[in-house]
Amino acid sequence: MNETTEVSLKVDLPGLPMKNPIMPASGCFAFGQEYADFYDLNQLGAIAIKAATREPRFGNPTPRVAETRAGMLNAIGLQNPGVDHIMAHELRWLERYETPILANIAGSTIEDYLYVAEKLSQDARVGALELNISCPNVKEGGIAFGTVPDVAASLTEKVKAVSEKPVYVKLSPNIADIVTMAKAVEQAGADGLSMINTLLGMRMDIKTMKPILANKMGGLSGPAIKPVAIRMIYQVSQAVSIPIIGMGGIQSVDDCLEFLMAGASAVAIGTANFVDPFICPKIIADLPQRLEALKLSTIEDLVGRSWKTCVTV
Amino acid sequence: MKAYDLKLLSNRQVSARYWHMVVDASAVEDNVQPGQFFNIRCGNTYSPLLRRPFSIYRINKNTLEFLYLVKGEGTKKLTELEKGETINLFGPLGVPFSLEKEDQTILLLARGVGIATLAALAQEANEMGIKTVAILSARTRDDLLATEALHSFGAEVYKVTEEEGTSDVENVRQILHRILDTHLINRLFTCGSKRLSVLLQGIGKERGIPGQIALEEHMGCGMGVCYACVCDIQRSGAKHSVKVCQDGPVFSLEEVVLA
Repeated sequence: MNETTEVSLKVDLPGLPMKNPIMPASGCFAFGQEYADFYDLNQLGAIAIKAATREPRFGNPTPRVAETRAGMLNAIGLQNPGVDHIMAHELRWLERYETPILANIAGSTIEDYLYVAEKLSQDARVGALELNISCPNVKEGGIAFGTVPDVAASLTEKVKAVSEKPVYVKLSPNIADIVTMAKAVEQAGADGLSMINTLLGMRMDIKTMKPILANKMGGLSGPAIKPVAIRMIYQVSQAVSIPIIGMGGIQSVDDCLEFLMAGASAVAIGTANFVDPFICPKIIADLPQRLEALKLSTIEDLVGRSWKTCVTV
Repeated sequence: MKAYDLKLLSNRQVSARYWHMVVDASAVEDNVQPGQFFNIRCGNTYSPLLRRPFSIYRINKNTLEFLYLVKGEGTKKLTELEKGETINLFGPLGVPFSLEKEDQTILLLARGVGIATLAALAQEANEMGIKTVAILSARTRDDLLATEALHSFGAEVYKVTEEEGTSDVENVRQILHRILDTHLINRLFTCGSKRLSVLLQGIGKERGIPGQIALEEHMGCGMGVCYACVCDIQRSGAKHSVKVCQDGPVFSLEEVVLA
């Protein structure tokens, strides 16, 4: 391509027609209200809202966060007002925006997941579901569903059966073989993958000689985990044919490009929102120029570039 | 609230553990109130990654002052910033203290770095013509940094320190009762110590004096998104989970669960 062509940031994912590949990650954006004070949420490609559970959850005791080198540990414990409240209030508030919504769902039992999935998928404001089988911070379920491929596949299949919307499965990196897990949920009918969730970690308090987090363990996020995410997306994207929403430590437009090159079709930005509340619109604004500099005209051109052998430029 | 790049006018050590920072706040459009805080980036690198919440010590026409305790990596990094450099502040955040026009005398009970936010309140009280009585508690006499500022606001100041062996809860209890026996106090305020807050909560209840508390908690986002800094309040017979950064940091002393 010699003549200058208009750069397109559009990404079309199951249930999520995105005007650009950037969305805030679940749990790092609540339900959008706070960020709406800073910028127009219609600028975003999509919004992944905070996990919904069947009943309201009050979460873990504090301290719930501990900083680490280039990262942070959190053990919030899925605090949320429950699916009914979210559907009655938060999702109704979000009706003033057109941005597609990826609704994260969590639970302790299969019945919980199915209850929440069925309800949320019927909400007109929800574009797709994100099945959280990888939260490291709740005692029952969550991570158990995320570490055994058969269990994850069985849950995915059941959720797909009750859901009226596409289902993305959010994978845990706390597992020996992420490819086997990804293939298992793809086989079970997943429409896409979100990866990676946080890495299980700990920190000790030198004075008390005990873990800093009240929950003892927590999920590591931030720039520290980016190479792990890139590696896993690189492996999984070559083994599955469903799209991947990539996440894990993105702080800049070039970080996004790395995720796309590794094989992600879109990206989610988490912890960076806490450091810079304007990070999402900033990265969206930076994208066209970076694509032009790389002589690319669409996001699609970049997806999986690191391993795709035959590409026409 | 907004993110501001503000110029550092001064950043200097004022005692063994405390630093004092002044920023040019002429660009700050919001009305900044005592009890609120700014979430500050302590450098431009990934370590430390998160911002640090700092309550406001002095609110002036074109400047804001912060009194901070050098505690960890973030605050250590902050001390390295020099006059003339810019610093990114996000805020003002949170719910401020509230004074009532009818208030005539208020009592402040502050410990350590908690003195800073209550000094800002004493400044406002003075401007409203409200008298302040303050008990300041710290490790050393050196750490009682806001004493002079409080004096300049016309406050009656009682000082207790570990160094002098006067800061134990029993002694503070006696001072509190003495003050309350001799002054008509309309409102109680506290920050900086759980033990002292529990004490003040009890005395406030005993004597039927309303109070407010500014809570400190480790925060993630500082704006109500991440649910890291939660606490419980007791309201109409039920416990509610609230966020320190967004629903606070100032809460009703009667309602906050300090257990």
